[in-house]
Amino acid sequence: MAKQRNVTPSPAMPATSQQSTTAPATAPAPATATPSKPTKSSAATGGGGKPSWDKVVLNIVDYYQDKTPQRTKLLDAFMAFLAVVGALQFLYCILAGNYPFNAFLSGFSATVGQFVLTASLRIQTTEANKSDFPSVSPERAFADYVVCSLILHFFCVNFIN
Amino acid sequence: MSADTLQVIASAGKGQSTRTSLRVVILFLIAGAAIASRLFSVIRFESIIHEFDPWFNFRATKYLVANGFYNFWDWFDDRTWHPLGRVTGGTLYPGLMVTSGVIYHALRALTIPVDIRNICVLLAPAFSGLTAFAAYLLTNEMTTSPSAGLLAAAFMGIAPGYISRSVAGSYDNEAIAIFLLVFTFFLWIKALKQGSMLWGGLCALFYGYMVASWGGYAFITCLLPLHAFVLICMGRYSTRLYVAYTTWYALGTLASMQIPFVGFLPVKTSEHMPALGIFGFLQLLAFLDYVRSAIPSRQFQTFLWVATGGVFGLGLAVLVIATSAGFIAPWSGRFYSLWDTGYAKIHIPIIASVSEHQPTAWPAFFFDLNMLIWLFPAGVYLCFQNLADEHVFIVVYALFGSYFAGVMVRLMLTLTPVVCVAAAMAASSILDTYLNAKSPVPEEQSTEESDASAKKAAKSGLKATSKPVVGIYGFFSKGSVVAALTIYLLLFVMHCTWVTSNAYSSPSVVLASRMPNGQQHIIDDYREAYQWLRQNTPDDAKIMSWWDYGYQIGGMADRPTLVDNNTWNNTHIATVGKAMSSREEVSYPIMRQHEVDYVLVVFGGLLGYSGDDINKFLWMVRIAEGIWPDEVKERDFFTPRGEYRVDSEASETMKNSLMYKMSYYNYNSLFPPGQAMDRVRQARLPEVGPTLSTIEEAFTSENWIIRIYKVKDLDTFGRDHQSAAAFDRGLKKKKVSKKRGPRQLRVD
Repeated sequence: MAKQRNVTPSPAMPATSQQSTTAPATAPAPATATPSKPTKSSAATGGGGKPSWDKVVLNIVDYYQDKTPQRTKLLDAFMAFLAVVGALQFLYCILAGNYPFNAFLSGFSATVGQFVLTASLRIQTTEANKSDFPSVSPERAFADYVVCSLILHFFCVNFIN
Repeated sequence: MSADTLQVIASAGKGQSTRTSLRVVILFLIAGAAIASRLFSVIRFESIIHEFDPWFNFRATKYLVANGFYNFWDWFDDRTWHPLGRVTGGTLYPGLMVTSGVIYHALRALTIPVDIRNICVLLAPAFSGLTAFAAYLLTNEMTTSPSAGLLAAAFMGIAPGYISRSVAGSYDNEAIAIFLLVFTFFLWIKALKQGSMLWGGLCALFYGYMVASWGGYAFITCLLPLHAFVLICMGRYSTRLYVAYTTWYALGTLASMQIPFVGFLPVKTSEHMPALGIFGFLQLLAFLDYVRSAIPSRQFQTFLWVATGGVFGLGLAVLVIATSAGFIAPWSGRFYSLWDTGYAKIHIPIIASVSEHQPTAWPAFFFDLNMLIWLFPAGVYLCFQNLADEHVFIVVYALFGSYFAGVMVRLMLTLTPVVCVAAAMAASSILDTYLNAKSPVPEEQSTEESDASAKKAAKSGLKATSKPVVGIYGFFSKGSVVAALTIYLLLFVMHCTWVTSNAYSSPSVVLASRMPNGQQHIIDDYREAYQWLRQNTPDDAKIMSWWDYGYQIGGMADRPTLVDNNTWNNTHIATVGKAMSSREEVSYPIMRQHEVDYVLVVFGGLLGYSGDDINKFLWMVRIAEGIWPDEVKERDFFTPRGEYRVDSEASETMKNSLMYKMSYYNYNSLFPPGQAMDRVRQARLPEVGPTLSTIEEAFTSENWIIRIYKVKDLDTFGRDHQSAAAFDRGLKKKKVSKKRGPRQLRVD
């Protein structure tokens, strides 16, 4: 999911509203989770990238750092954080078992859902995509985002037991 | 019909506001017509719950209203599935009951004292009005023609394919589910078109409501990913698709998991995996899309698509491995039976035995949809003409809906909405073309001609690229086409009314027949028998019957049953099947073990009522055979020539089966000697009727449709029931044994 994360210099893991995490955030070290991601993403995209693969990556990084507005970067940071949390929960589920399956599911889907919603918000507020969303202004997008997040967390809290 | 005449007026009314108000009025009229056409059964019979499943829903609703929501949620029902009980609160779709409960309390709050039964009876018609409105909204998303939506609403309101499950009194899950289905699709299209999270979230909410109401939600769960997948394959991936789909999936899946009966299924069963797969695939696509916008290089782009295909294949492989390793439950039997229609018959007779799971007969399409069925392909073709994302949806839905409707009768219900929408598009495009009072201006004609000549010169097959202005000039052709279509629409209305009135408005609890003088005669045996049970048996008397009648006994007679229409435990049903199809000596211990007090059978031989237990008997045998292949054999119930007979040539196993005996016990006494006729199977019964020793007749209804037998207690003197009965008949024990002796010798 969070392919941007190997790009983001992970600035100041925001201590923003993180109600979505549940119990599983205990022992497993993030060190194991973090490397697993980039390898996966490079495996996904690196299939045919023999010619100047490093250059491509560099290009992307440059493009990202130059062209992305500060607000969007903030969103990206949040998404990266969510991806890490989600990966942690998944790892916990694999290592320690999924016993309160309700809790795992709602915690995990809270991160996934929030990630997806944030990605949607990011897409909708990007200047380049303006033509795709004639009826969605940035303010409207944010309002939608808040409403959908509320719905999401209502369901999560209801499901968590 | 009303829509097209009114459309003339609508085109006459110039102002926008007049049109809007007219449209509102028309929609209200359509809703009124939809409701009114479903009231035949209430007017002819009475306000009564129909058929089988609705009786359970009604009983559950009463429980909900009486005990409150939390008790309903935790309801353990010990009056069904007798020794086992049923965790009812966790194994039902609560949407329907909660909806009527809310309506009930809302009306109470408004100080309108309405009986809960009337709410239940009239819920389906009320929602059909809403369905018509939803069809209007959905169609308006598809086309710019103002009349298409209204036509779709009118079609949806009166199409028999939908009426079949939503007449007043058929208080079934489908009553609200079809509205939710159509409305969810509308919200999906809206979300997709606008790429808005809010619409996606609303779509998810209604999807959750749908999950709470009907098991058919899997149709949405599969159709939306399929639509998204087709769009991706067509190269129509857009950020709007990403926003709409991911919002719907993330919220909708969580919403669906709130229902205890669904629970973890969305992450554990194969039916829900396509949705998850497409979700992951879209994440990947979105990322690639972002990267592509970062580096505009064609070579890069192509290899990205290759990588996408690779990852998709990888995901599929992982899914297959996870399924085979058992992390994800494979497709359920009901789904297999959708692909292979013979599957259920071989492996799960209980599914195949349900009449609404049978494949659809061809005439049923015309019967249920009339002229819509031939307008339907035209509408789908029109979708191809300007193929936008939403039109792809209609095409996909049409394909799958048609397939499923062909496989299972009941899925005609899911086909009906798309047929209505597509047919309305076709009909409205005909009307728009021919109902235009103004002829095309001559200049246009000349340009068209020059266009045509130019094209002839060019001789290119690219007609579609330069669309000539097509118009109808002659008033005669206009008039004749419009008149023909109007006549068709009128015929459609007549057909719908006729079908509704004759085929779909019978409560099946109460039967109607005509006396020779044309007077209506009501046959009310079911309620007579259930009332007898209610008044003459102890409150906890266990009733054994075939599962079809379980819900009715629970609802009308309020007595515990062994099995009912919630066929969750195949073994238990097979036990009842075995008891019914075995000899008395075998059945009696089974009935004693299950504390059965009364046995209820439905017998239509006297009246010619074909839906009786003898006709269903082979299913009981098959289901019992599935569990006890050594003790019950289907072959034994046929004559040596392979016929299923009940007369004197019936096989010994058949004649000795409990079901046969209970059905025909004492039946001879109604007729002169040797004249006993079974009017369903047109068979003359043997002169000597069956004898019963372990059970005794307790009640037989007026027309013999329902027969109730009491299971005898153990004999006071410790004899077995056969000898006790023989003694009662005046045969001495010695004589019997004497008779038996030589016969056995001869056999040996």
